[in-house]
Amino acid sequence: MTTTAIPTPASEADVTDRPPTAAAAPHGENRAGWLFATPFLAFYIAFLIGPVVIGLVISLFNTTTVKAGVGSWVGLSNYADVLSNKDFWASMWHSVLFTLLTTPLLVLLPLIFAIFASRMVRNQWFFRLAFFAPYVVPSAAVCLIFAFMYTPETGLITNAFGWFGLTAPDFFGSTSGAWFAVVLLTLWWTFGFNFILYTAAIQEISEEVYEAATIDGAGPWQQIRLITAPLLRPTMGLVLILQVLASLKVFDQIYILLAGGPAYSTRPVIQYIYDTGFSSYRGGYAAAATMVYFVVLVLISAGWFLVRRRSNSANA
Amino acid sequence: MTELSRRQFLAAGGGLTLAAALAGCASPVVTSFTGGQPRTADVIYWHLFGGGDGANMATMVKKYQQSSGRSVEATLLSWGNPYYTKLSLSASSGRPPDVAISHLSRLPLLAQAGLLEPVGDQFSAQGITQDKFTPAAWKKATVGGTPFAVPLDTHPFVLFYNTPLAKKAGLLDATGQNLKPMKRSDDFVAALKAMKDANGLDFAAVATITADPSTCWRFFTMVYSGVAGPIVSDGGTKVTIDRGAMQETFAFLQSLTQGQKLMPSNATATTSSTLFSQGRVGFLFDGVWQIPTYRGIKGLEFNVVPFPPLLGPKPVAYADSHSLVIPKSTGRTAARTKDAVSFIKGLLDQSSIWADGGHVPAWLPVQKSKEFLQLKPQSNYTEAAFNAVYDPEAWYTGAGSDFQTAMGSVIASVLTGATDPKGAVDAMTTSLKTFSTARPPV
Repeated sequence: MTTTAIPTPASEADVTDRPPTAAAAPHGENRAGWLFATPFLAFYIAFLIGPVVIGLVISLFNTTTVKAGVGSWVGLSNYADVLSNKDFWASMWHSVLFTLLTTPLLVLLPLIFAIFASRMVRNQWFFRLAFFAPYVVPSAAVCLIFAFMYTPETGLITNAFGWFGLTAPDFFGSTSGAWFAVVLLTLWWTFGFNFILYTAAIQEISEEVYEAATIDGAGPWQQIRLITAPLLRPTMGLVLILQVLASLKVFDQIYILLAGGPAYSTRPVIQYIYDTGFSSYRGGYAAAATMVYFVVLVLISAGWFLVRRRSNSANA
Repeated sequence: MTELSRRQFLAAGGGLTLAAALAGCASPVVTSFTGGQPRTADVIYWHLFGGGDGANMATMVKKYQQSSGRSVEATLLSWGNPYYTKLSLSASSGRPPDVAISHLSRLPLLAQAGLLEPVGDQFSAQGITQDKFTPAAWKKATVGGTPFAVPLDTHPFVLFYNTPLAKKAGLLDATGQNLKPMKRSDDFVAALKAMKDANGLDFAAVATITADPSTCWRFFTMVYSGVAGPIVSDGGTKVTIDRGAMQETFAFLQSLTQGQKLMPSNATATTSSTLFSQGRVGFLFDGVWQIPTYRGIKGLEFNVVPFPPLLGPKPVAYADSHSLVIPKSTGRTAARTKDAVSFIKGLLDQSSIWADGGHVPAWLPVQKSKEFLQLKPQSNYTEAAFNAVYDPEAWYTGAGSDFQTAMGSVIASVLTGATDPKGAVDAMTTSLKTFSTARPPV
């Protein structure tokens, strides 16, 4: 990214003339930089690069979690099995469906509420805290609380439907009820993170812009529509991609609340990988499934950056 | 040397903290680095029993500790897949418990992966030998000719009936407690009809069909096993469905819920327990472990017996067993192994306490004891333990497995009327193919 800031060298000779260390950082500082980065790099290699390489290797073997060693060489057949397995694609679809259900809500609602909260004259801290607090609750606790509330006959949410003369869906027994349950939970739980991102961005907007607008006679609604919203667009883009990636990685709440049920109709792809790799002991196959899923995520991210880059250069 | 530099101070502090941590909980921390087994008790024991079974197990463990003077650390883990995941991973990484519970239906994979100690000389030295167990359970505990588990019980799928309702329907014999003998499915269906008509009930019987694939699978396997062999063979790699027998089984099951409307075609666990405990059905098809659920209900008189023969000539009981295994560990000393075996023996000797939860003790000295014979209704269905049919032997079958979920979903669709018997045979064949063609982990 930063390379674009360096002027393009006119010729080969220019390149060799330049000092070997870019920006000419003193030698000692460079070494200190690496030294300070060492703890992070050690963890990065041990817990990210290492496992990815191991995963790539065992996806080519019939590795199992009940025996030591990588097992027998099977080439690409794990990948062939994964790509032709309808349970895998069903679980991929569930992850995508979850993303489609949650992303619009989690991108737009926090935006609206962050703008409202910023318009509060007094006690803004209370609203910020109230919206952000659920985010710090651990997933297991959130799921237990919601499981109580979704309980048929006795649960709070089940009864709440009754107050309005409605019948509550079967939150654990029907597919649509289960999706409703998990989306509502996720909305309440992760709302605060996006809310905070928007709040921070709103605070970045200079007061002077609003002052000028007020002098020109713009009302609050015009200020929101014509100043706040356009200036929040980059943040919205960021929230959108973060939310898509976070939603595609869904596991905790669906696993704890529903175990992927009823009859695997909500099982996300990460649970599929967990089930085949650990419950069914097929480590190599699960590693292959992980790689396929990883590639899909990379493609989505890359696609996103290409689109952004194009729109950025179009703006410039 | 008047002053400690800041660095020295921090280093000394860090060193002290680390030393304290290591000394404070010496064994688990150290052993987690050295790869040994933590020795926090003489016997480390893992099981998956909550509720009433959990309380009974706790009593048995306590009694063993008192009589033997050995310490036992019992850990309860969540039932089903999570338990077996933890058990197999702990064993394959060399840090397993000394004794663990395993369903016999889950045994083949653990044994084939070489994660278990065979039941050999150390066991016979303490009197644990084949002749003292229910033969069907011992046979299932044997994998490839070697026994790998000590069966604790058999818990079959059985027939509950409401005694007063059965009496009114004229189904009881002279004792006023037992059902008149039934020979074939015709007798059984006639009994259900009599139950429904004589008592003016909406339904004669109930089984948990909705959101309970395991119960569907048990019901189906019991009926199907009367006329045909296991649906897969060769360690699960070959589908050996008898299409005629399976279609006949499905047609019979569907006739109960659809054709003659003797059973509701939608019933969750709550529906079943409500209908049976309020006397709104006369029969309940369920596992013996449900006995404690109904025992305390006022005004409900019931009895539990094995199912009669249905499609085949002989009675068949679908069952599973809890068993005790010693996972393999290179670090375990001979003395510790001896303690483990003695603990297993201790649990067997106390399995009359275990029988309280509805299970039939597999240990014959207890099964034939006066204490157990007087225990009702448990001693009524001892025969079912001898006629037991387990899950087919394969790496993916067993209690709480994905396999049971997949099969159960097909069976449920037959019971609810969504699929006709012929279509269900095809659906089951297709579903089985995903399991049989997957590359086995062992």
